[in-house]
Amino acid sequence: MTAPALRVRASRRFGDCVALADAALEVAAGTVHALCGENGAGKSTLMRVVYGLERADAGVLELGERVDLARHDVAGAQARGVGMVHQHGMLVPTLTLADNAALGHEPVRGGRYDRAAAARALVAAAARLGQRLDPDALAGELTVGEQQRAELAMVAARATRLLILDEPTALLAPREVDALFAMVRAFAAGGGAVVLVTHKLDEVLAVADEVTVLRGGRTVASWSAEVTAAEIARAMIGGEPPPPATRPPPPRPDAAIGLAIDGLVVPGPRGGGVVDVTLRVAAGEVVGVAGVEGNGQRELALAIAGLAPVARGAVAVGGVDVTRAKVAARRARGLAHVPEDRHRHGLVQGASVADNVALGRLGEVGRGALIDRAAVAALTAQLIAAHDVRPADPSARVDALSGGNQQKLVVARELDRPGLRAVLAVHPTRGVDLAASARIHARLRDVAAAGAAVLLIAADLDELLALCHRVVVMYRGALVGELTGAALAAPDARARLGAWMVGATP
Amino acid sequence: MSGFVASLITLGFLAQVLRIAIPYVLAALGGTLSERAGVIDLALEAKLLMGAFAAAVLGYETGSIAIGIAGAAAAGVAVAAIQAFWSVRLGADQVVTGIALNLGAFGFTRYLLGVRYGQGANSPRFDGVGTGVLTNPISWIAAALVALVVVGLGQTRLGLRVRAVGERPDAVAAAGVSVARVRWLAVLIGGALAGVGGAQLSLPVDGFVAEASGGRGYVALAAVIMSGWRPGRAALWCLAFGLADAVQYRMQTHGVGLPAELTRLLPYVLALVLLAAWPRRVAPPRALGQPD
Repeated sequence: MTAPALRVRASRRFGDCVALADAALEVAAGTVHALCGENGAGKSTLMRVVYGLERADAGVLELGERVDLARHDVAGAQARGVGMVHQHGMLVPTLTLADNAALGHEPVRGGRYDRAAAARALVAAAARLGQRLDPDALAGELTVGEQQRAELAMVAARATRLLILDEPTALLAPREVDALFAMVRAFAAGGGAVVLVTHKLDEVLAVADEVTVLRGGRTVASWSAEVTAAEIARAMIGGEPPPPATRPPPPRPDAAIGLAIDGLVVPGPRGGGVVDVTLRVAAGEVVGVAGVEGNGQRELALAIAGLAPVARGAVAVGGVDVTRAKVAARRARGLAHVPEDRHRHGLVQGASVADNVALGRLGEVGRGALIDRAAVAALTAQLIAAHDVRPADPSARVDALSGGNQQKLVVARELDRPGLRAVLAVHPTRGVDLAASARIHARLRDVAAAGAAVLLIAADLDELLALCHRVVVMYRGALVGELTGAALAAPDARARLGAWMVGATP
Repeated sequence: MSGFVASLITLGFLAQVLRIAIPYVLAALGGTLSERAGVIDLALEAKLLMGAFAAAVLGYETGSIAIGIAGAAAAGVAVAAIQAFWSVRLGADQVVTGIALNLGAFGFTRYLLGVRYGQGANSPRFDGVGTGVLTNPISWIAAALVALVVVGLGQTRLGLRVRAVGERPDAVAAAGVSVARVRWLAVLIGGALAGVGGAQLSLPVDGFVAEASGGRGYVALAAVIMSGWRPGRAALWCLAFGLADAVQYRMQTHGVGLPAELTRLLPYVLALVLLAAWPRRVAPPRALGQPD
């Protein structure tokens, strides 16, 4: 039996936080190995140790031969044929693809950097993966999908032993995922090993030969044969997974319109943004907006929330036009916003849980220019208890909470309030563990059942299919397709939505 | 008044513009390098001043212009090394570091003058490079350096890494390149350029005068920003500031009726107005000011 392509054991702590507690992973050559776990389980940290980006406090690393972890760095990992495609991409947006590919290995001719040679090398590498790309395109002007494919070509060209893909499908449409997995299989068939870091179980089952699960920085399970999604989920959570989300009851046929968007145009970066969107969400209805990231969803959400200027068109909440209204007026009208970026628009990281609750609910806890601390304390305690925010400490700083608990706090503050007419939820479960996701889904379901119009913008089709009465697809700033009723429940719904997401016309 | 206008259309005036522009140009080139690597270069003023001081003192002590210029470069590198140690190695606030260096250089040069020559205002006079442009080696050095920085930043391995490190240092690290090393190199080379620019403030006038930099480092930084962090354009903006400075000198000598205290403000007012009015089509390096 030949030596494995990768064998690693590592421990790592950041201050008081244990990221890796003797986590172990072994990957055979010629296989695709899925590394699963909830957010914060240590998957990325372990892979960053292997790639030399992160130091390990203690451990063992073998890449065909024993590697001294204390001296291990990126250059050493690359020299041993390891390549990594990072979760959020590692392209310099102001450089061309060829420049990005060359970075660190620049071909030099006559003392100067040989840009033409770098471009030829990249085009050749992409061709080997069956791709075509423009080496002179600026990385920042490509879609995330294009960026990721280019990055994969760059990395795969150098990685001979081990290719690490960290959450590669988070930003891709289903069809793009299929293409990515075909490339992954081809790489493994050529004798290379692949580590696929993911928390999406259907992907694991679709492409992986072996599975390892991390929880709390430890390796808790490893399978090399057939395994079911339920077994993996149990290992990830350390208990029974929560039941899947269910759809709220359908809205009454005579339900009033809770949220109306008419001919909305919102400028975005590089000519993007919202081109022309008209959409009505009835009271009690959950409407999902699917789409590959960067197709105007962000601008649509910010415009509804009152955080981005509208060029044309109108937004109405509960029948009252709020197109020019300030954020506070929209909230007073009954609009709740669970923002895409909870760090920027959702919470003040350095402030306490109670202060963050007060900031979002000043109408209820403010007394003139003063704040009624007793009312804040009562409201905070009530929200913490009702939504299982941990630690249950109103004075805890928000940045000490896990991502899932931060998001539960935002959802609690936004959705658990009187007079709710319309809810705008953007990627509400991104970066959130399964248990917290289930709570958030249940909460969205409940507010819809209680009569709020819910607009759910998400990249995760499973989430949309489970919760929504109707799903529209946003592509290049416009709505290009819509599934509702039986068509949404049909087995081909995913495929149809996925095709629209990459530009197919209904 | 007509004498004033006529004086602007002479070769002598053109030479004056170039002579005045050289410190701005070299400081702006240095500032472009640091800032493209992600390090805010507020210390340009200190580099100019220390360069001017070193050039005059070493020129006077050794009688060699070449040693004076080399010393100016070394003085700029020394300031840059302190700056890099604080802002790259220790991750200190880059604005505070720059201001501290500028204030420190003012006091330090006066102190050294006092220790060595018994008075804090001037270094002893000696035969510098003269006020001519073509006979001044710094003119030729400056011209060569403009070309070198434009080519170096755009077409060399180090240039590519500098441009990358100011935008996405994490991507550079992920490519296996040391972010700190690239930043150190960019800041040190930038320091040498600004230091040589300082030599132009003392060698043509045969000696060092306290506070000779007179805010030129800040004006050069304005040129860097208006150029969109592009060295060729930054040099052109510096020529514009040199022009404004030369015009105000002529206004003083030809007595156009405005008080000198007002006309002297011309380049600074120009920098302020242009900074506010010039359309910002180019975003600053994304990682500018952020320690790694």
